[in-house]
Amino acid sequence: MTLLRLPMLTIFAALLLVAPPSAAQQAADDNPRAVTGGAQTLEDILARQRGERVDDRFRREAVGDPARAAGIRMQLGTLGGASDSEVFRALRYGGADVTVSARGPASEIIIQDGGIRWLEWRKGPLREWGGWVLAGMVGLLALFLLLRGPIRIDGGRSGETILRFNALERFGHWLLAGSFILLAISGLITLFGRPLLIPLLGKDAFAPVALASKWIHNNVAWAFMLALVWVFVFWIVHNIPNRADLVWLAKGGGLFVRGSHPPARKFNAGQKIIFWVVVVLGLSISASGLSLLFPFEIPMFAKTFEILNGLGLPQAVNLGELPTQLSPHEEMQYAQLWHSIVAFIFIAIIIAHIYLGSIGMEGAFDAMESGEVDRQWAREHHSLWFEEETGEPAHPAHEAPPAAE
Amino acid sequence: MRAMLIAFLAMAVIAVAADLALDYSGFATSEVTAGPAVRN
Repeated sequence: MTLLRLPMLTIFAALLLVAPPSAAQQAADDNPRAVTGGAQTLEDILARQRGERVDDRFRREAVGDPARAAGIRMQLGTLGGASDSEVFRALRYGGADVTVSARGPASEIIIQDGGIRWLEWRKGPLREWGGWVLAGMVGLLALFLLLRGPIRIDGGRSGETILRFNALERFGHWLLAGSFILLAISGLITLFGRPLLIPLLGKDAFAPVALASKWIHNNVAWAFMLALVWVFVFWIVHNIPNRADLVWLAKGGGLFVRGSHPPARKFNAGQKIIFWVVVVLGLSISASGLSLLFPFEIPMFAKTFEILNGLGLPQAVNLGELPTQLSPHEEMQYAQLWHSIVAFIFIAIIIAHIYLGSIGMEGAFDAMESGEVDRQWAREHHSLWFEEETGEPAHPAHEAPPAAE
Repeated sequence: MRAMLIAFLAMAVIAVAADLALDYSGFATSEVTAGPAVRN
């Protein structure tokens, strides 16, 4: 018998190899998920890992059928027509008939897939890239200070001053600056508190810090928005670009060459860039902030994505079409991410502004402290404005003009 | 320096006023999100 077994097995194996596919095999080819009982297959998982879009109707639509439930007196009848998995699928894909006692908007959405993507992005790239943006700016400024040193008043202080900013202008500036700094610190505490501060302070000590940060962020935001309007109204007229700005930019603002002082009116091109950055980023961060402050009430990303798609911008940078149908929670998640991204860029730029307005340039802080600046400082850094204000030439005939001009 | 201090004071006043005004107008989280079955 043993001798016969081997040839018979060989013949059987050969038959298997040449035999046409069975009916079961055919069915598996027609419906690849038949082998998993309708659940996802290895190919689905691999496709998702390759970043491909998987048609998830096999899962989305598998939510049971109460109409086909066993009769209530029959075996398993009390279970209804949907298993636990099917009920959870219906909740996940928004197909369940949900009643909740919470009365807030979007409270019937109990499971939301995008939340994990948002959380991972917030925990990972947002903190890492944002942290590098801030560290990079501080590093650049430190390098600049090391190589260039503070920008001195070349002609020395004259001892006489001229009014540069009146009290209302300074009030608006400090309202904006003070609120911005508080918002930046409280925002960073909110984002980095869990990984950085809890290990340092412990959870008990961090809790009131987090609570205070939230209160400050939510309420000081109004002062920021008011101040943004204030400075816009007061300074827009001085921040319209003109030809002198091109000269100023071509000479790097005189920042990199000692003795170089390109002419400028009340605001030079660098300050105008700061002004418009503050206005544009300030508006954007205020809009996303309001959306976060009143959850689910001010959705704006689906509409924005629709406009961007229409302009062809996402397609131009290989992003494809952006989604124009967003769940209420996705709207909030996009608002949070955008708010943080804009905030990091904003903070980095303002760090540079603070540097140049304080230790980076001799005499600059006076403009916002008392409003009065040294006349020699004004001659060197805002010569056209000095001439307009005083009617005197910025560089009198007996003085040689700055060497690099 | 006085403008700076007044601005910081104004900032504090605006923040407290905003908090009270929003709370009074029914925008407190508990007011917006909790149903009648939830105790405040």
